[in-house]
Amino acid sequence: MKPLFRKQRLWAFMRKENLQIWRDPSSILIAVILPLLLMFLFGFGISLDANKIRIGLVLEDQSPTARRLADTFINTPYFDVRVSGDRAILEQAMINSQLRGVIVIEQDFSQKLLRGVQAPIQILADGSETNTAIFVKNYAQGAIANWVAAEQEEHGDLRTTPIVLENRVWFNAELKSHNVFLPGSVAIIMALIGILLTALVVAREWERGTMEAMMATPIQKSEIILGKLIPYFLLGLGSMILCLLIATLLFDVPFRGSFFVLLLSTSIFLVAALSQGLLISTLTRNQMVAGQIAVITGFVPSFMLTGFIFELQSMPTWLQIVSYILPARYFIAILKTSFLTGTVWELLIPNLLCLSFIAGVFLLVVAHLMNKRVD
Amino acid sequence: MWKQMLALIIKEALVVWHDRKIRFTLLLSPIILLLLFGYAATLEVKNISIAIYNQDQGWYSHELIERIKGSPSFNHVYQMHSTADIEKAIDAQKVIMALQFQPNFSAQMAKGDEAHVQVILDGRRTNSSQIVQGYLTQILQSYNEEIRQQDPPRRALNVVAVFRAWFNPNLDYINYTAPCLIALLSMILALAITALSVAREREMGTFDQLLVSPLSPLQILVGKTVPALFISLVESLLLLGVTFFIFRVSFIGSWILFFASLMVFLMSVVGVGLFISSLARTQQQAILGVFVFMVPAIALSGYATPIENMPDWLQPVCWLLPTSYFMIIVKGIFIKNLSAMQVLLHLWPMLLIALFTSSVAVWMFRRRLA
Repeated sequence: MKPLFRKQRLWAFMRKENLQIWRDPSSILIAVILPLLLMFLFGFGISLDANKIRIGLVLEDQSPTARRLADTFINTPYFDVRVSGDRAILEQAMINSQLRGVIVIEQDFSQKLLRGVQAPIQILADGSETNTAIFVKNYAQGAIANWVAAEQEEHGDLRTTPIVLENRVWFNAELKSHNVFLPGSVAIIMALIGILLTALVVAREWERGTMEAMMATPIQKSEIILGKLIPYFLLGLGSMILCLLIATLLFDVPFRGSFFVLLLSTSIFLVAALSQGLLISTLTRNQMVAGQIAVITGFVPSFMLTGFIFELQSMPTWLQIVSYILPARYFIAILKTSFLTGTVWELLIPNLLCLSFIAGVFLLVVAHLMNKRVD
Repeated sequence: MWKQMLALIIKEALVVWHDRKIRFTLLLSPIILLLLFGYAATLEVKNISIAIYNQDQGWYSHELIERIKGSPSFNHVYQMHSTADIEKAIDAQKVIMALQFQPNFSAQMAKGDEAHVQVILDGRRTNSSQIVQGYLTQILQSYNEEIRQQDPPRRALNVVAVFRAWFNPNLDYINYTAPCLIALLSMILALAITALSVAREREMGTFDQLLVSPLSPLQILVGKTVPALFISLVESLLLLGVTFFIFRVSFIGSWILFFASLMVFLMSVVGVGLFISSLARTQQQAILGVFVFMVPAIALSGYATPIENMPDWLQPVCWLLPTSYFMIIVKGIFIKNLSAMQVLLHLWPMLLIALFTSSVAVWMFRRRLA
């Protein structure tokens, strides 16, 4: 049997690949700038914690009771309140996207309360900002409940709320969304870099005609695959460490798992991503198309279909099935747990196994397709 | 002069159109993405699994659990038999929320005291766990309300919160996602075509041929701009078709305003694309450039999260991006029937950006070509 590779030839090939990486610094820039940019954006830009939502408060009732209710809204840290007696102005501001919601306390509010008739408080929200609208609703209801409790206490009646929820959030007590986003985004960054780098690499060789030149040499397909994988693998590991440093040092995300598990799962994931990239570029042989496909099959699904932001369980079944073939799905689960929970073998082992299986399949497919074309 | 330019425009369009792979990926991929996002991008939480550890034997906890089981949101309710079980279920992400009732729960209720339920939420899924908690709170509120009605000493202030969402009464995510995506996907297309076009010619060596042709740099630029604008416009029509016929999102604003602002938006993006193109020597560099612009343009546009949620120092950056303005316009026209005045208010900064990016692109081109 032929050996898998000749050390000397593989070494020469990797050296060539290395020189190419250094000469067109965009590969290194992709491995450095994209993680920085994405971590930065996920850390600062994307936050689903609604704080300081701008709302309007229509205060038609000037009684002390209504004032106290208004103050509760004003003092809530979640809202940035603009008070006005004119309903039309605030509603127009909501249409113009200056406000996300409007709370209306009508003129006869306190009178109704005195008479014991049901007194409505209207919560209007801008439905075109769907997620924010839900937050407006929840926080407004919370503020009203606080006010009711405070009023009741004033009257010496403490037994008004029969059942009280005592909420505790595990792993992320302050509900900081970047504690969740940043670990997940490591996977997305790795998917993007891994797939994009290798997708462009072989396509470029085909476009420039150097692939044919290489076919004329005695190099074996396994040497081509290894020679393309190893340099970019190291580059990918480098950006993982960069991401880890940014997340833990700059954004204070805890890391409670083991570094070994992180390194192992990143390595397996990188093999899967890099092979997927190689596959794309052998099939397309065109950098523009390869870049597009890398984004569509790599970046976007890792973002959308892995439970990173959107809950998998809420999606249609066919999409859930698709998500099982995405390596990022397993990697994100491992990352989130490693960062926030610790080493939970019960969760790690099945995910690692699935990840390795997919990486193996990708690698075999690439080997098979390369075979046809190079020989 | 016009004839030469037309020839270049046709040539540019043919480059994209002739290659089956390019045609296919460029035109089809945004549609696939729209479909994917349309079905996947929902922050609703359905099919929720929760765990309950009930140490109480009484009626009150039993009744509350029955109500939770009966609600359509909570599909799987697992009974736990120890605190360790709860820990395990949460750790392994089997459940997103766990409830624990203390042994004296019903007794306290019967005495008329406040009774507490311990709720544990999985912070690894912050957003979802907050939404799930919202569902639980709703169930509890109506239960509390009933108990109060039956028990006069507990009767509370008779206040009711009435919620209404304007423009999108059922809070369907697709009404929000689809208009934003039409904008973002046509932006990506316009960027990819323009940013890669020159880099590609450079890499292949055909750019030198263009340079020795009688075309002036400005003409080359126009020749690269027009097809990109045209293709992305056609693409946005296709995306509109998907939005109407598959997702059935209604459009209530003015078409003229919509297309006018779309054109201005695409112009500003094409300017950025040409700028990247004038800098990049290889396609890989151009792709890097596309990402460096595209990712912040999407993340900071207010699509993913409202701009006012971002740190104060970051917000001015958001307002330098054309996407931020176009998001307001496109959503406004689509579902809010925004007035022409308001549209114009957001249109002119975008126009300024378009003018700026295209003049920088022209300047860069001249400099690189001279």
